[in-house]
Amino acid sequence: MDVLQRKIRVLVAKPGLDGHDRGAKVVARAYRDAGMEVIYTGLHQTPEQIVEAALQEDVDVVGLSILSGAHNTLVPRVIDRLRQEGLNDVMVVVGGIIPEDDAARLRELGVKAVFGPGTPTQEIVDFTRDHVRSR
Amino acid sequence: MTELALAVRSGDRRALARAISLVESQSEDAHRLLADLWQYTAASLVVGLTGAPGVGKSTLVDGLARAYAKAGRRVGVLAIDPSSPFSGGALLGDRIRMDDPDPRVFIRSLATRGHLGGVNRALGGAIALMAAAGHDLVLVETVGAGQSEVEIMSHADLTVVVLMPGLGDDIQANKAGILEIGDLFVVNKADLPGADLTVREIRSMLSLVDKERALVPITKTIATQGEGIDALLAAIDAFGRNPEERMLQHSRRLQQADRRLGEALAELVVAKIKSSAGPGHWEAAVEQIAARRLDPEGAARELLRPTIEEA
Repeated sequence: MDVLQRKIRVLVAKPGLDGHDRGAKVVARAYRDAGMEVIYTGLHQTPEQIVEAALQEDVDVVGLSILSGAHNTLVPRVIDRLRQEGLNDVMVVVGGIIPEDDAARLRELGVKAVFGPGTPTQEIVDFTRDHVRSR
Repeated sequence: MTELALAVRSGDRRALARAISLVESQSEDAHRLLADLWQYTAASLVVGLTGAPGVGKSTLVDGLARAYAKAGRRVGVLAIDPSSPFSGGALLGDRIRMDDPDPRVFIRSLATRGHLGGVNRALGGAIALMAAAGHDLVLVETVGAGQSEVEIMSHADLTVVVLMPGLGDDIQANKAGILEIGDLFVVNKADLPGADLTVREIRSMLSLVDKERALVPITKTIATQGEGIDALLAAIDAFGRNPEERMLQHSRRLQQADRRLGEALAELVVAKIKSSAGPGHWEAAVEQIAARRLDPEGAARELLRPTIEEA
């Protein structure tokens, strides 16, 4: 009765202005192949758009892919906005080129994990499945 | 009424999102929720959009939703994409073309979750929730399957078939059965060569079906540029205005209700028999049928007998 179970739903989004979506697509595909339902939003999303999509799609996880260096601005805005909308139980993970100092700060803000270049997709999938809050 | 039902009725977006997940999970709570809200679902017009992959359904839905919202009306969009038959996962990408958030538009992506026919098993419930939440229009975008997604008919008041120039010869369209299901036809990407020819072909094939079908509106659109959206909107709006179409809508809702009742009953009966047949009975029957020692209907009758005698 697999189809009747609550599926893990993941929003994969690219906030900001960089156009490098290959990583986001690879991760989206890995989540799909792991049996999750992935909502892929495409490029150039504002934090407001991302959170509205997360709300409407009732996702368990928001995955943000950022390669522009603007993570210190964009990620906190997404997290603030999620809290404003009462989506406190949504897990946030970030992928991209994030210096370790910044990654530590993002984790303090509530990001569950930061995945750098070269992270095996299986590791991302396993981490997500292990840490997603059952609702 | 439960708290969640009240919140959905009041237009709370988060409650609606949660409620759709609940209905997708097919739980007992989902039934109670839908039972509470069913009475509030009559007023919305449910429009299904169907057509082959790549004809521009998502872009068209986005254009329609935006145009409706601009007129001050609330629109719910249900966009369906296939689940992988292997992993059960799904990549839902329809939002890529619908990224201009308007507070009057609510978009939800649904995976087919193993259901064939181009829709999702919980679609009826999801439509009802969108309607109960006060959306004037519910747009349903089916999987772009081309030849098997006619099931949208059993959910929509109005079915829009989207085509584009150069999709194949007229036999393809005939085979698909789409000529019979479309209340409106759209030739999208009308800036491509052959658009007028496609319109003429649809027109002539429709006239072969019967006299009434010959009058079905065909709209040319270029969805990426917003061209023709207003005309399509006007055609959708016009539906249900004359008494004949109102009769049609009524008879469709009767057919849908008939089918929904049958499905709900079948599900209940199966669940009851599985639980009352005793452990292993169902599985044993399955094995017998697979081994060709029992035929499926005979096995079903056998399982059903004690329940009927009891009643």
